[in-house]
Amino acid sequence: MELRRGILRREPDIFEIGRKGHVGYSLPGGEGAEPSLPEHLKRSEPPRLPTVTEVEAVRHYTRLSHWNHSVELGMYPLGSCTMKYNPKLHDTLTRMPAFSRMHPMMDDASITEQLELLKNLEDALCAISGFDAVTLQPPAGAAGEFTGLAVIKAALKKRGEADQRIRVLVPDTAHGTNPASVVLNGFKPVSVQTGPEGYLTVDMVREHLDDTIAALMVTNPNTLGIYERELKEIAEEVHKAGGYVYMDGANFNALMGKVRPADIGVDVMHFNLHKTFSTPHGGGGPGAGPVGVTSELEPYLPVPRIVQDGDDYRLDWNREDSIGKVHAFLGNFDVFVRAYAYILEYGHHLETVTERAVLNARYLRARLEDVLEIPYDTDTLHEAVFTDKTLKKETGVTTMDIAKRLLDHGVHPPTVYFPLIVPGAFMVEPTETESKADLDYFVDAVKSIIQEAHENPELVKSAPHTTGIRRLDETRAARKPVLRWTPAPDSNSQ
Amino acid sequence: MRYLPHSDEEIKQMLETIGVSSIEDLFASIPQSHRFSGTLPLPEPMDEWSIKNLFDDMLWGSSDPYDALVGAGAYFHIVPEAVWHVVSRSEFMTAYTPYQPEVSQGTLQAMFEFQTMVSELMGLEVANASLYDGATALGEAVLMAHRLLKGKRRTVLVSRALHPLYLKTLLTYVHSVADIRVKWLEWDPETGATTVPAEVDGDVFAIAVGYPNFFGVVEDLAVFADAAQAAGAHLIASVPDPALLSVLESPGRLGATIAVGEGSGLAGTSGMGGPGLGLMATTRKAIKQLPGRLVGKTVDTEGREGYVLTLSSREQHIRRERATSNICSNQALVALAFAVHVSMLGYDGLHRMTTLGVRKLARVMGILEKIGATRKFTGPVVNEMVIHIPDSRKVLEDLRNMSVYLGIPLDRWLCEEFKDDVLVCTTEVVSDEVIDRIEHVLLG
Repeated sequence: MELRRGILRREPDIFEIGRKGHVGYSLPGGEGAEPSLPEHLKRSEPPRLPTVTEVEAVRHYTRLSHWNHSVELGMYPLGSCTMKYNPKLHDTLTRMPAFSRMHPMMDDASITEQLELLKNLEDALCAISGFDAVTLQPPAGAAGEFTGLAVIKAALKKRGEADQRIRVLVPDTAHGTNPASVVLNGFKPVSVQTGPEGYLTVDMVREHLDDTIAALMVTNPNTLGIYERELKEIAEEVHKAGGYVYMDGANFNALMGKVRPADIGVDVMHFNLHKTFSTPHGGGGPGAGPVGVTSELEPYLPVPRIVQDGDDYRLDWNREDSIGKVHAFLGNFDVFVRAYAYILEYGHHLETVTERAVLNARYLRARLEDVLEIPYDTDTLHEAVFTDKTLKKETGVTTMDIAKRLLDHGVHPPTVYFPLIVPGAFMVEPTETESKADLDYFVDAVKSIIQEAHENPELVKSAPHTTGIRRLDETRAARKPVLRWTPAPDSNSQ
Repeated sequence: MRYLPHSDEEIKQMLETIGVSSIEDLFASIPQSHRFSGTLPLPEPMDEWSIKNLFDDMLWGSSDPYDALVGAGAYFHIVPEAVWHVVSRSEFMTAYTPYQPEVSQGTLQAMFEFQTMVSELMGLEVANASLYDGATALGEAVLMAHRLLKGKRRTVLVSRALHPLYLKTLLTYVHSVADIRVKWLEWDPETGATTVPAEVDGDVFAIAVGYPNFFGVVEDLAVFADAAQAAGAHLIASVPDPALLSVLESPGRLGATIAVGEGSGLAGTSGMGGPGLGLMATTRKAIKQLPGRLVGKTVDTEGREGYVLTLSSREQHIRRERATSNICSNQALVALAFAVHVSMLGYDGLHRMTTLGVRKLARVMGILEKIGATRKFTGPVVNEMVIHIPDSRKVLEDLRNMSVYLGIPLDRWLCEEFKDDVLVCTTEVVSDEVIDRIEHVLLG
């Protein structure tokens, strides 16, 4: 029998825990009735689902939870992910019956207050970004990209230029979702090189501009954490060439109250509400990716649009130029509740969030610069990217090794090996909710690891040593995929 | 601000370490011509207590919601409190995507178990760790089938009896890919089931139908599977509420090669339509074209079993413009709620839940028949169906005045011909007391 590691306990798959006859549900009494179906449409073999009591289920998942790192356990400085603290109040608000027990296809009068909340959030996002209209519908950042690009495509079609304008310029620092979304919309991605100082230059973009350009898709600040200081001139050039400017708003936490993207010539931008406006990431979702546009592009936004009629709010479905729908209903509703509450709490002081986020990131950069190499000297905003180039040469220790060794310090590592243009990238975004003491702890941990790299590189390369499980064999996982539980041949647990 | 942990003294020290003299200096890399100089046009900051009151005052907190006999793609189920408590644990709720598996085994194992449950319910070999919702899952399924046949075929046959909002979403997806043509399969006005195409030509890469369809009618998947197989095409089944798979034969066994669905009802997040939970399952040989995250089992350096995100060479962060989809997340927390709830229900609980709804629908129909209502379609149903209610506007309004929301009038969502036709659904949440109230209002 394997002993536990502290309170960590190795859990069998839940299918192996229960026994026939264990019951975990409590449903109202009364007779049930079998539906009347043709024989061959009746379930012939029951699905093999767990048979556990409530106690067994709760213990199983609680024990599993102990194996997770989370924002509420400590710093989670993933670059580009904006892992900030999520106010507890919001959890309570999302569970209000007026949200959880209403249906999105009820008549407008029955859900007018719910629509009012959504409209208020749209208006607030417009105020923060300078755009004329926002749709909340896209259920994630990547879905926002898809929506924004589809809007551009619809506008080009209206202009009669959709067949001709098929190229979208994507800087080489972009998130992988950008080129993938471009392709999903039937455009061709064209990679644009970042300039020598870590930002795009007008000259380098101009080379790609002609009458086949649909759009430039740019992240600002970019994934090096560097502000695109020539974007205003670049936007003018793109517009002159007949294209649109799409801004990926993943890094908007660096700009609130400082820059309104619409003011510098951006036509379309998606927000990541789960990043900037603080929704817990939930182990991978749900998020929300609202899209803001200028008035020129507003007719193409997804249906329905929320409109105000006096004191009432209703859904407008009758919009002939709309791209259609990108989600069955209104989007990930409870994310909207959280984001709206978040905006109310900061009000017009939202820029303080940005100021502290940048303060924290610049402080980390300043403290780490003497031990970790920085690929670009240029000033950064909300995140900082380092490279393992020299360290690797001197010690053989890589970014991945540092990341794994950080786990032994109880710290979640930053984003690694992204952006792709930085070799062995180590991308740190602390967000505004970390204290100086937390940041100092992180810096001390990184410094001690780098010292270990020089003195005892094997220790770092074989990390982590204190986690409940060690480095996992990802090659084996991909070569011989085991993607679900299957009963052992002699299993009698069901 | 209680989320901003910096004292003035600390800010001063940090600025000194950075080597600047003010916060404003931190933004020197932004040209002045880009800067927004005013104050954001937002209200005064609010304290926690006031925000709560505001939500209450806007009736979001205090209004008494309807007892709804509504399904139509967003199903309400009784979800035990234990589900909320597990999902609310910080370790699940405030974790990121499990990119560092050594400190994410909780999420990873839970997703592995979720994949197993979906695969079992759908009767197919593999399931992913979820997509956004049922509508986008349908869109992704059509694109996936298109890729599986190497993009050489152009036509997808789509049932017009699928959820109308799913169809709108699907069209947005396929319009983005220039060479896909949608051909509609109409429903039979008698049965409400989708008409099986007489002939499926060699240009068809997939057939997509609801299971059950928007009218609650259980499509005969076996017949569609035969038609698809004969043409070498895929059959995509879209399951609006997987609870029904406790009584319905699994899509896989009936010959569907891709099954998608919406799991938010069982996860308890279907209020106001979401967060949704897109389900997707398929055959093992189709894995390479499967979009979305997958969790797999492997071993660590000491030979102990553990879980990782796997087969990521399909995904955008590795493959960029050659990825199977642009999706970069899953609905992990909703998938977790689904898994916790389904594990507590087991097959017996799901079956009981569903059969309770069947009986309640029969009782509601019995009451409505007494005011002259009739079934619109004759096809087999489980717990949802279209009922023709004479003078439905008044009937529905009378019931609303007694806090009962009886179904979705279909003329608003389909066409004029559906005047007085109402889509009514009874899951186990519709209590006998509510049905008593319906009886009282309508029959006195």
